[in-house]
Amino acid sequence: MSAPAHYEVVIGLEVHAQLLTRSKMFCGCPTTFGAAPNSQTCPVCQGMPGVLPVVNKKAIELAMRTALAFGCRVNPACRFARKHYYYPDMPKNYQISQYEEPLAEEGRLEIDIDGASRTIGIQRLHLEEDVGKLVHEGTLETAQASLVDFNRSGVPLMETVSKPDLRSPEEAAAYLKAFRAVLVFLGVCDGNMEEGSLRCDANVSLRPRGSTTLGTKVEIKNLNSFRNVQRALEFEVKRQAQALDAGEGIRQETRLWEADRGYTRSMRSKEYAHDYRYFPEPDLVPLRIDSRWVDEIQAALPELPRARRQRFVAQYGLPGYDADVLTQSRALGDYYEAVLREPAPSAGADRPKIVSNWVMSELLRVLPGDDERAIATSPIPPRHLAGLLRLIDDGTISGKIAKDVFQKMFDSREDAATIVGREGLTQVADETALGAIVDSVMAANPKAIDDFKRGKTVAKKSLFGQVMKATGGKANPTLVDRLLEDKLAKIQR
Amino acid sequence: MIDRKDVEHVARLTRLALTEEELERMREQLNSILTHLDTLRGVDTEGVEPTAHAVDLVNVMREDEVEPCLPQDSMLANAPDRSGELFRVPRIIEE
Repeated sequence: MSAPAHYEVVIGLEVHAQLLTRSKMFCGCPTTFGAAPNSQTCPVCQGMPGVLPVVNKKAIELAMRTALAFGCRVNPACRFARKHYYYPDMPKNYQISQYEEPLAEEGRLEIDIDGASRTIGIQRLHLEEDVGKLVHEGTLETAQASLVDFNRSGVPLMETVSKPDLRSPEEAAAYLKAFRAVLVFLGVCDGNMEEGSLRCDANVSLRPRGSTTLGTKVEIKNLNSFRNVQRALEFEVKRQAQALDAGEGIRQETRLWEADRGYTRSMRSKEYAHDYRYFPEPDLVPLRIDSRWVDEIQAALPELPRARRQRFVAQYGLPGYDADVLTQSRALGDYYEAVLREPAPSAGADRPKIVSNWVMSELLRVLPGDDERAIATSPIPPRHLAGLLRLIDDGTISGKIAKDVFQKMFDSREDAATIVGREGLTQVADETALGAIVDSVMAANPKAIDDFKRGKTVAKKSLFGQVMKATGGKANPTLVDRLLEDKLAKIQR
Repeated sequence: MIDRKDVEHVARLTRLALTEEELERMREQLNSILTHLDTLRGVDTEGVEPTAHAVDLVNVMREDEVEPCLPQDSMLANAPDRSGELFRVPRIIEE
């Protein structure tokens, strides 16, 4: 659904991403998801008085890596600030965040929408700590109490604020997808929206088409999937357009997306006070990020999904579809190229496409391509897949048998040659031996021979199948075809 | 100068229920703190960089290493109320 034609939609997204550190932002408690409630806390992340937070260097570096990938300027000086609000998810009544001096500013992210490319500005990127998790006792309506788990409290969060450059709910969803892909690629966030590793709030306003001033914006919270981002924004655009058409103003407010009910509702002012009374965090000294540190992080940046996709098309002559699939995770692209680097003396010029086919149709049949760890620790390492393809190239096994071998390799973690040797799967390419089998099959199928003589060429196919069956699928199909052709030709004369 | 409205506003933000008497006392104390700041403001700081710290330190960081947490029972020991492994707090959804 698009907005009424006389309005232009203006959207900016704030994305919170949990950084992939082992320990928390300001203390050594682990960040592992799913532990028993309140089993991963200490006085620092429970906000006890008198404790001293200490910055996790890895969190700074992961945020710098992201900032550089988005082409942001990493500020030479930045500091932390206290953001005050009173809520039971945060017992010390302030969240350590960054305010006036964020880690990085002024970047961009390219998104693809309807086959065209658009550049979305990134305003700022800063670090903060996550807060505890609240669950209501009983249902929302009847709850008498809330329950708090502080395991998540203090987990490093990176907040990235886009410029108000997005022009439709679809673009917002595309931005979030592209954003997530970059983060996962960089290894800075696992991108798991269900577990809350990646969360999104949106600012949305409408303005008369042609106007250059921004309309009154509404912030929508609780957008925890690509689909919800799009649905919530579609609802909100429609709501605002109706209000404006009716001559009602838009109230600047925060609204909550109720995914189950499919609407946004106003959050009461007490639930969300905008008066945060920021001031510099006195417990943390400022950060000085010199150009040497920035250069170090820059040099270690991997090739980003978009650049890699374009290179795969240009360098290997792959179709765009293949390049898309193969670059869905860093590990998968690495896997593909690792196979290509393995020796393949008998392979043809179409090897990149053949390898792509094997990765897409066989590897991705048994492993999820977007799961970095699953691909990186595949029971079939690139070396083994290359070995399997060599056995096809040099005629040792047929492509059909190779697919069975692939499954066996996956189950046993053995290499192809070991399995083929042990199970006697070597292709029969000995002309004399195969000729004898063809002869016996022809002798055992007089009806097929008769059919063939009467001009039913399809009978040859049936004989071909019989030969393959007699050899357990191991016969070299090209050779069988030629032998049958020769022998049938003689009969016909 | 801070007036009663300011004190009420800050008290509400910090969820403090102050009596009339306390509101007035806070107003007086906050104003005396601000008066003291005015004294500090009189110091000549021409050419001095603003800082939030009295110590000249930057980049105090730790490596990303996991350290032992406090046991769950110790962390929950001081909870005014608990439900199993969770802290229990008054209902926070407001009508």
